Amino acid sequence: MSDEQPTRGPARPGPYIVVVVLIAVGIVLPLIVPLYAHADPPFIGLPFFYWYQMLWVFIDAVLLWICYGILRREERRRREAVGAPVAPRKGGAR
Amino acid sequence: MSGILLAAPPARPVDGVALAVVILIFVAVAVLGFLAARWRRGSAPAGLKSLDEWGLGGRGFGSWVTWFLLGGDLYTAYTFIAVPAAMWSTGAVSGFFAVPYTVVLYPIVFLLMARLWSVSHRHGFVTPADFVGGRYGSRALSLVVAVTGIVATMPYIALQLVGIKAVLTVLGIGGGGNAFLQDLPLIIAFVVLAAYTYTAGLRAPALIAVVKDVLIYIAVVVAIIYLPIHFGGFGQIFGAAQSKLTATNPATGLPVGSVIPGAQSFNAYWTLALGSALALFMYPHSITGVLSTKSRNTIRRNAVVLPLYSLMLGFLALLGYVAIKAGTKPIDVNGAVNPQLVVPQLFLDNFPSWFAGVALAAIAVGALVPAAIMSIAASNLFTRNIYRDFFKPDADAASQARVSKLVSLLVKFGALVFVLTMDQSSAINLQLLGGIWILQTFPAIVAGLYTRWFHRWALVAGWAVGIIVGTFAAYSVVNPVTHAHFGGSLAPAPLFGTTVYIGVTAFVLNVLVSVVLTLVLRALHVPDGRDITRASDYGADEHDPKVEALEARGDEDRPPVTLPTA
Repeated sequence: MSDEQPTRGPARPGPYIVVVVLIAVGIVLPLIVPLYAHADPPFIGLPFFYWYQMLWVFIDAVLLWICYGILRREERRRREAVGAPVAPRKGGAR
Repeated sequence: MSGILLAAPPARPVDGVALAVVILIFVAVAVLGFLAARWRRGSAPAGLKSLDEWGLGGRGFGSWVTWFLLGGDLYTAYTFIAVPAAMWSTGAVSGFFAVPYTVVLYPIVFLLMARLWSVSHRHGFVTPADFVGGRYGSRALSLVVAVTGIVATMPYIALQLVGIKAVLTVLGIGGGGNAFLQDLPLIIAFVVLAAYTYTAGLRAPALIAVVKDVLIYIAVVVAIIYLPIHFGGFGQIFGAAQSKLTATNPATGLPVGSVIPGAQSFNAYWTLALGSALALFMYPHSITGVLSTKSRNTIRRNAVVLPLYSLMLGFLALLGYVAIKAGTKPIDVNGAVNPQLVVPQLFLDNFPSWFAGVALAAIAVGALVPAAIMSIAASNLFTRNIYRDFFKPDADAASQARVSKLVSLLVKFGALVFVLTMDQSSAINLQLLGGIWILQTFPAIVAGLYTRWFHRWALVAGWAVGIIVGTFAAYSVVNPVTHAHFGGSLAPAPLFGTTVYIGVTAFVLNVLVSVVLTLVLRALHVPDGRDITRASDYGADEHDPKVEALEARGDEDRPPVTLPTA
């Protein structure tokens, strides 16, 4: 397919390996039930079982925020490598 | 229990103030729904006369709107009502798994959905079945994905009605003898919903979701701070839950439930969480939310901040235990205990009427938002993958939008009839089956995002095996009290014997069949379908020239000008 206009240059494996590892951690650790199926230590009256799982809301948010930063940089680099248009710098709202 | 709850009179009194607040908020939301037709429409001279405009809100939602839209889309009234209800009746295994479910959901979304967004944006795909059809060149595979999506969505919409019904029951309307008058408020609510969805498309739920979220966050934050203090702290609340849930169920001779699952439930707990998380973004309404976003990274940014809703879900689940301590009595109009009423009843019993009204309205509106998105998603599937693919291949954008709008009315009407004529438990059973079914489209959709290795007919066969095994296993679960079939979503896994989520068992079989048959079909040289996507499509972003070129031509359906026959 000679007319294919690439949207991204070749990937560097490093950033993707880091991202996959972080995502695997974020999926596997909240699912190992024997790790947290007990009452102690409690926190403000909540058994460990409950606050541990709710804590993962924050941990996963942080992990994904790191992944987002890594991927945004890497994809920007890959796009610039082939001269594809890059979104304006602003990453945040709207 | 304590004397906090006055003896509930047999006929439910109408709480005038709470009812007035609910009606007021409902009217305001309806006005907003109709006004949404004019929202963010600058660049679309054709009005809402295409599926991109009507069914995907112009494909231009940024991070903020998407956050509210997906929050309203994924966390439905069923979650607000059914999760605390499950906690109240049987504890952690059937209720609190929703927290790890909605936590591990976001790494999965982060990983998969950017690729789906890119390829769909590039080719103008509106539905997951569009993508599968384009990727595998197989109308059969596209059809099974579309039909599974529609069939799994219908009971999900019906459940939103069950949620609204719970709110109405607690408010004291919906009693009385006349069957028609009894259901009239529900019918009115749904007719209004159908009207503004028809008019404004996906913009209506997107705008309403903002209002609903403000209300629901206020209600949950106040409840989770005030109620535990009022009832002596979480220590007391968990004590009450412990004594209720460890009591013996006379029908089975086993404990009613558990506050912390025992070792025999570990596999059930994590497979329920993982299976549900894998399934959720295969639902057409979730994918509609993803495809309505503006750029490739919008969904990734949202995966970072959407877990905030899961925290709210966790607190809402705990309200089920608070209700145990509070002695909340969820008595339905027929006098029977209906756990679905626990949360609305808890608010009505323990807060001033006006505040209870705000909370109840938030729950009811929280049911309208996903119902609107689900009906849009189901009608897009019908229009694109059944009507256009099989009956009207030359249907243009305007006639596709017209068909979709009409079908969205039919879908809602069907769900209404469903809820009014069948009992609530059948809606819940079908929703449970729907989750098992939709998970069977995962291999076709997700593997397709990364590889063309699977053979299209192997995926069709894997899907069929998964659906049959899953349905049969769910049918075989018998409720120990009522002896009815479809009594739950857990069953022993074949070979291993440990109890797991049926959806996961069926999913594993589905993948095994797909892999083995792919090898067989490749060995037999059975012809593969034509793939209209290219590697570069999966990394495309909003500013890529081909995307804009395709949009400028207004030709969203034709494959890109490429592909000499290889």
